[in-house]
Amino acid sequence: MKPFVARLMAAAALLSIPAALSAHRMWLLPSATVFSGTDGWVTVDAAVSNDLFFFDHQPLRLDAMKVWQPDGSEGILQNGATGRYRSVFDVKLDKPGTWKISTQMSAVMGSFKVDGVEKRLGGRRGPPQPNAPAPLTVADIPANATDVKVTEVSGRNEIFVTAGAPTTTVFKPTGKGLEFAPITHPDELVAGETAKFRFLVDGKPAAGLKVTVIPGGKRYRNDEGARELTTGADGVLSVSWPTAGMYWLNATLTDAKATSPRATERRMSYVTTLEVLTP
Amino acid sequence: MRPTAFLLLGGAITAPALLSPAVAAPPGAVTITIPRLDVAEYHRPYVAVWLEPVGGGAPRTLAVWYDLKKRGNDPGTKWLADLRAWWRKGGRSMTMPADGVSGATRTPGQYTIPLPADVKPGQYVLNVEAARETGGRELVSVPLTAGARTTGKTELGVVAISAR
Repeated sequence: MKPFVARLMAAAALLSIPAALSAHRMWLLPSATVFSGTDGWVTVDAAVSNDLFFFDHQPLRLDAMKVWQPDGSEGILQNGATGRYRSVFDVKLDKPGTWKISTQMSAVMGSFKVDGVEKRLGGRRGPPQPNAPAPLTVADIPANATDVKVTEVSGRNEIFVTAGAPTTTVFKPTGKGLEFAPITHPDELVAGETAKFRFLVDGKPAAGLKVTVIPGGKRYRNDEGARELTTGADGVLSVSWPTAGMYWLNATLTDAKATSPRATERRMSYVTTLEVLTP
Repeated sequence: MRPTAFLLLGGAITAPALLSPAVAAPPGAVTITIPRLDVAEYHRPYVAVWLEPVGGGAPRTLAVWYDLKKRGNDPGTKWLADLRAWWRKGGRSMTMPADGVSGATRTPGQYTIPLPADVKPGQYVLNVEAARETGGRELVSVPLTAGARTTGKTELGVVAISAR
């Protein structure tokens, strides 16, 4: 019995490695993306889960959530609350134009060995544990460390909602990391039409970028329905929309242009949720 | 009256091109039918009527029927975006109420909207979109020529263009 249990535990340990590596999907789900008038409200669900768009795993924390008004200035997030499975908040769309709601993260991750013992940089996932030692930073890497591998990680998760006629001020790129520079306005997507979105890395077209597009409503169909697309040489992605609905879009890119001390690699991700309407 | 009619008839005979006035006459009005629906909860539909040049160009809204009087947290204008084709084609940049364009929602029946006299010559498509609370939404398009007609399936009945 004992060997069997040991084998089982070893198998479980093996299985848990890929599970830990494959991050769950983070998503923001607006109640709608197209609004009439300037007295409307959008309410947004924010969660982390595998099946889109069902909250069944973790809430997406609101600490870094920001609202950008159509003129590019910062707006107000209201009625924020975080539950067991999702966070929720409202934004009053009191100015005409396109609003951006986004959260950004950047961190340094990695590992190194001292006397053959592996140590990891950065905090662990999940809520802080009491009595846990402070997470290690790059500054804590001793001179005799070997196998130092430091990775810069950054991500954006954005949604766009429009009151009245759409505007484009909120798409102005910062020139840092992986960014979304739509050619087709993301609040003008219609089933049967092809949308074109440009992606930028450090302000330049991201050619050959891998982008995943997954329709919502996973629970009510068998297949995942994910499409793996690639941007062209001009960084432009063409996406067709077979049916109306909410779609989750995720682009990831790894390169060697890290700027943090000792980092040799940087991993960037971009996530947005797009609403496609019927013609 | 009678001599005039006789004269006109005579004129028609001498000019064969005028024998089919339905083709030659410019379009003058559109008649829209809002069907009576046997449903448990009925609300009068929001309706938008607009012209679009066939080769592309700026759409022109002829009529928007919405809940003009509803005020408060959810004013009648809030649901204009549910006329989503019209909204995208220019409704979103209009200010409501719009003179000579917007009006109250209508009960089931036939309504005739005169076409504006200053439409520039060219080929147009006339679009009628209806969206109903607790109901469906439908978009019907018909070429802007006198005599053209089509029938909606759910939210709209006959849409017909008549001669001037």
